[in-house]
Amino acid sequence: MPIIQENPQTHPSSDKRFKMLTATMKRYQYSADALIEVLHQAQELFGYLEEDLLLYIAHSLKLPPSRVYGVATFYHFFSLKQKGAHTCVVCMGTACYVKGAANLLATLEQQYQVKIGETTADNQLSLVTARCLGACGIAPAVVVDGKVAGYQTADLVIHRVEECLHHGS
Amino acid sequence: MAEAVNQAGMTEKVGVSSVGCMGLCSRGSLVRVDPTGILYDRVTTDNALEILSSLAGRESSEPSLKPSQYQPDSHPFFTKQLKIVLENSGKIDPEKIEEYIAADGYLALHQVLSEMTPESVVDVITRSGLRGRGGAGYPTGLKWATVAKAKSDSSYNEKNRPNGLSRKFIICNADEGDPGAFMDRSVLESDPHRVIEGMAIAAYAVGASQGYIYVRGEYPLAINHLQTAIRQAKRLGLLGSQIFDVTFDFKIEIRIGAGAFVCGEETALMASIEGKRGIPRPRPPYPAESGLWGCPTLINNVETFANVPTIIRRGADWFSGIGTEKSKGTKVFSLAGKVCNTGLIEVPMGITLQQIVEEMGGGVPDGGKVKAVQTGGPSGGCIPATAFDTSVDYESLTELGSIMGSGGAIVMDESTNMVEVARFFMEFCMDESCGKCIPCRAGTVQLYQLLTKIYEGKASIKDLTKLEELCDLVKQTSLCGLGQSAPNPVFSTLRYFRDDYLTLVSN
Repeated sequence: MPIIQENPQTHPSSDKRFKMLTATMKRYQYSADALIEVLHQAQELFGYLEEDLLLYIAHSLKLPPSRVYGVATFYHFFSLKQKGAHTCVVCMGTACYVKGAANLLATLEQQYQVKIGETTADNQLSLVTARCLGACGIAPAVVVDGKVAGYQTADLVIHRVEECLHHGS
Repeated sequence: MAEAVNQAGMTEKVGVSSVGCMGLCSRGSLVRVDPTGILYDRVTTDNALEILSSLAGRESSEPSLKPSQYQPDSHPFFTKQLKIVLENSGKIDPEKIEEYIAADGYLALHQVLSEMTPESVVDVITRSGLRGRGGAGYPTGLKWATVAKAKSDSSYNEKNRPNGLSRKFIICNADEGDPGAFMDRSVLESDPHRVIEGMAIAAYAVGASQGYIYVRGEYPLAINHLQTAIRQAKRLGLLGSQIFDVTFDFKIEIRIGAGAFVCGEETALMASIEGKRGIPRPRPPYPAESGLWGCPTLINNVETFANVPTIIRRGADWFSGIGTEKSKGTKVFSLAGKVCNTGLIEVPMGITLQQIVEEMGGGVPDGGKVKAVQTGGPSGGCIPATAFDTSVDYESLTELGSIMGSGGAIVMDESTNMVEVARFFMEFCMDESCGKCIPCRAGTVQLYQLLTKIYEGKASIKDLTKLEELCDLVKQTSLCGLGQSAPNPVFSTLRYFRDDYLTLVSN
């Protein structure tokens, strides 16, 4: 157990992110019902939820690790695996689906040889689907690195992803 | 736009203001010029200058750049609407509490706190005939009355409850999980104070002092606007203690969802607020008696709360004069799919689907034919074009095998295969099943496999019977709303589009 200490309020590594996480937990007075909020913050800081990180949170909030792990795996939002440098989210809501989101997804899968929810071998691109972005008015919608765009076609999406991969963001 | 105004040197004549959603998403970006009310669509940074020069009375130098304009008074997309919930959307700046107050905001809360007893508030809501806008249509007044009456002597829960919280809770359900629905997102983004005011009034009526808004993690802008709104309301003393100098305290906390559809179900949502896995539990006891941390809890949808301030301000009789006999008021729909004008509309109950799809939506682009409208998300059903003259209210839609739902209306044209649609929704329910009860956990998987088999043309007529039997079983025996309603899309497509199934089923 590399990162767990007797006193959960301090963390041995000089990683500032732990300090920020601790501040969040403090704000919620280390209460157990803030678990989901804390996990949100942890994912935002670290990008994904490593097992050690979950243990650290469990200790701090005085919860059994099973409970923290259970919650982290229950919700789609939390990822226990590292994500790629760039993310492409294809909305699979009904409106987007009716307007051909499945084709977009298939094109992307083929182009980058990556399956839904996985990351390319070079850790550059993660392909994810969303339940519904609520951007049904501009369906089909695709998010590339946090930027939403509507009325997407296969060519448009590939173009945007390429731009992201080569020029960074 | 602000840059364009600067460029044109018109900063003294033209004020630019960012507002919430105007509704007509398919023609974005929209710019409205007041006081003429002319709406310009598809505005870009390039043609923004053109709008200004036409305002200044100059002729356009390059007519090709000129954005097309609308007179909202004459376009059916706008004229058929009746705005209560959305009355401020697209008019006020959602990040400025002053603009909401200028639009009579927080007047209802003041009226309630200074002139009315909690009982009379519940009475007004009951008489208005407002029903839950989350989909099921439970009478709001009745729910409020139950919570108001409930005694919170749950001393055994005392130790599990975070310190210093009230004994009754208000929850605003903004976990808008239905794919194809974005009404709640738009209301929270465009007019967050309306929801906060509605919650405060409800809190006074039922005797609660702590509220939670459970928002989807997928809606960052809505969360942002809500946080701003709560901060501003606190600063002005509209939230906190001793609101309007009466003995009434109310605080609101935001809880961010983490992407689980089942958390739209009220008992699962409460588990999630408590920081647990979002798994439903059997009802009764209903949340009104034993909800969050075992205390009486009032859960309403965003749109329900958004209706409350206007009802208080304009009276129960005014509200109950709108709509049909059993469904009062208006309903916000998000119109999407294969239709010309997509966007957000608020229509009085009792309007026909024909009017919504053909007149307001402008029909299918490129002259296609409408096949069906899907309402109610994965719990709803597909309504065929032949039934479009039905009025939109809770009872009629249920009779058609669909539900009012939270308000997603997705138009499908002739090219859509209904078996594929049913399979799409079943896949959704299969993924989102929390796994607590077996009919839902195992049933949805079996149904999905059956539908795939049918869709791929490998099924026989026997499979169709099996499909119907299994649907019935899942519907009857599942624990919560997710499982009970999961077969609805299959039922309704089987009922109206059996031919789609039959052509795929070989003998």
